[in-house]
Amino acid sequence: MIQVLAFYLFACLAVLSGALVVLSRNPVHSVLWLILAFFNAAGLMVLAGAEFIAMLLVIVYVGAVAVLFLFVVMMLNIDFAELRAGFIKNAPLGALVAVVLLVELLVVVILGQAGPVTLGTPDGSAAPLLGEGNTENIGALLYTRYIFLFELAGIVLLVSLIGAVVLTHRESRAIRAHQNIARQNARRPEDATELKQPESGKGVSL
Amino acid sequence: MEYLHSLSLVVPELILTVSGLIMVLFAAWGGAAASRAVSIACCVALGGAFALVAPSVCAGASGLETIAFFGQVRADAFAGFAKLLIYAAAGAALVVSSAYFEKRGAMRPEFPVLILFSALGASVMVSATDLIALYIGLELQSLAAYVLAAYLRDDDKSAEAGLKYFVLGALASGILLFGISLIYGFTGSTAFDAINVAMADGLSGGELFGLVFVLSAMAFKISAVPFHMWTPDVYEGAPTPVTMFFASAPKVAAVALLARLSLEAFGSQTAAWQQIVTFAALASIVVGALGAIGQENLKRLLAYSSINNVGFILIGLATASAAGAASMLLYLLFYVAMTVGSFVGLLLLRDADGNQLETFGDIKGLSTTRPALAWCLLAIMFSLAGIPPLMGFYAKLVVFQAAVEADLLPLAAIGIAASVIGAFYYLKFIKVMFFDEPVDRVQGKADTWHWVLLALSVLVISPLAWLATGWLGNLADLAAASLFIAG
Repeated sequence: MIQVLAFYLFACLAVLSGALVVLSRNPVHSVLWLILAFFNAAGLMVLAGAEFIAMLLVIVYVGAVAVLFLFVVMMLNIDFAELRAGFIKNAPLGALVAVVLLVELLVVVILGQAGPVTLGTPDGSAAPLLGEGNTENIGALLYTRYIFLFELAGIVLLVSLIGAVVLTHRESRAIRAHQNIARQNARRPEDATELKQPESGKGVSL
Repeated sequence: MEYLHSLSLVVPELILTVSGLIMVLFAAWGGAAASRAVSIACCVALGGAFALVAPSVCAGASGLETIAFFGQVRADAFAGFAKLLIYAAAGAALVVSSAYFEKRGAMRPEFPVLILFSALGASVMVSATDLIALYIGLELQSLAAYVLAAYLRDDDKSAEAGLKYFVLGALASGILLFGISLIYGFTGSTAFDAINVAMADGLSGGELFGLVFVLSAMAFKISAVPFHMWTPDVYEGAPTPVTMFFASAPKVAAVALLARLSLEAFGSQTAAWQQIVTFAALASIVVGALGAIGQENLKRLLAYSSINNVGFILIGLATASAAGAASMLLYLLFYVAMTVGSFVGLLLLRDADGNQLETFGDIKGLSTTRPALAWCLLAIMFSLAGIPPLMGFYAKLVVFQAAVEADLLPLAAIGIAASVIGAFYYLKFIKVMFFDEPVDRVQGKADTWHWVLLALSVLVISPLAWLATGWLGNLADLAAASLFIAG
């Protein structure tokens, strides 16, 4: 019963915040909603017995990816006065998201007191193996059974890295002004200046 | 033991991976000066992989001993046949790209490395017998392709092509993942054979949704109607050697993947996907034929031509039979030769300053100014139109034969009717080249390697290749049979 309640809480909030990611006009708000969506997805993962993926969602997605998004979105328009004004404007929403997260944390802690959560599929057939956490299971499978795909995923990341460099890196030598000291020292006054004595009343042609 | 056996089956992929990684290092330290050396080394790596795959195709490898990594990938003759085409097409793209990019001062050693990794992804795609392997292979191939499309980043059209391809490709990947998660959720497995077993006792709603989503995403990747809208824009905007690559290697991979997915994973529910594939086939043939008619730009025209050809290939798949799969492979073989030939021909159309010429206006009266080029293009266009005795006709013949044998007579009839419409714009090429007033804009100096490639592709589609049809047909039959022998 408690699990079902928690499931609907997390699921509704996930769908709602997911919709708000798309609907809100302010990109900073979108990222804040996204954080909430990630957090609720993590809650769902805990209910499904996949605590490792839940932790990944919180640590990697909320902790790193979403915060990076937030930085990038805020960097897009570097106007500090506006940024400060934006902070005050965004503060209520940020506080709201924070409060929701806090409430959810409390819910998890209180529900945790009520006994272990085993949900998986309705008939429990997909429940994790007994005796081992699924962190161990994932580790054992990832480096044995799925080693080929795991390494290939590494190649995918490498390709995205190469792609980013290919598309953005520029040889900056032509643009940046280099100080060539030897050339400066070799330059004589007569190379750079010219003395002319124009007759009075006439100009010089340069 | 298990791992050693598995590793021995993916040696071609390992060669591509290791040489790609080494080439990245050369690219990092060698800089632009190393471009040509890296290009050649990548060609050698592709050639090595080609040579390693060839014996398994000739032997018609199939069955249990081709299964690697617990059924995630399979190195059977079907995958081998597609891999040969992929490696050959990627090598051809490398051969013509050096000259093209050097002229624009944009040649860097990362280009061949990206082609190599894209070929690696394509090669994993065609071997995949698991949805995870399918997805990773597809992403590896597409991710490299997005970068390649935008490779000339100072060129507006190239940047636009890259962005369009990326955004739409990402959407297609999202749809694919959604479909995969539905299928996994409702069948309880990501392995093709397990999905097949799970679907054998009827298709639940979730499975049907998953199937439709996965097929839609695959239709995007092979640019089948109604998911073809990106093709003309991307093909026109991307640098021509990259367009040549897009129209050949990734397309072969995606078509082969779609065939394996439909016949192996969804093999027990043929009726569910057959109508989707039939619709996509007919729509692609008709839209490809009609859309090309008004085009002035030759690259856009060839993009519609590739949509049209994908339609014919899908007819082979729609039969859901071994003969159909074999006819798909044969069609793909000649399609790759015609695609490589036509794009190399386009690359040879350069004006006195070395700029590429891409419109019908530029090739008026080409037969008087550059007769050799005009005759080669004539052969390729006749072949694309399916006019005997060229091999384009044979390719269409085997596909229609498979369709008729599978009692899909209306499909074959509409296909033949639409191929007549398609013949219009292929013949327009010939009319413009042979019967219009010469404008003499094509001046560029010939490059030996371009001519070698052009001559090779014309040889493959020439009537001489009829001598090899028995052998090729046998290979394709063996390859298709390996698809139907359950592991």
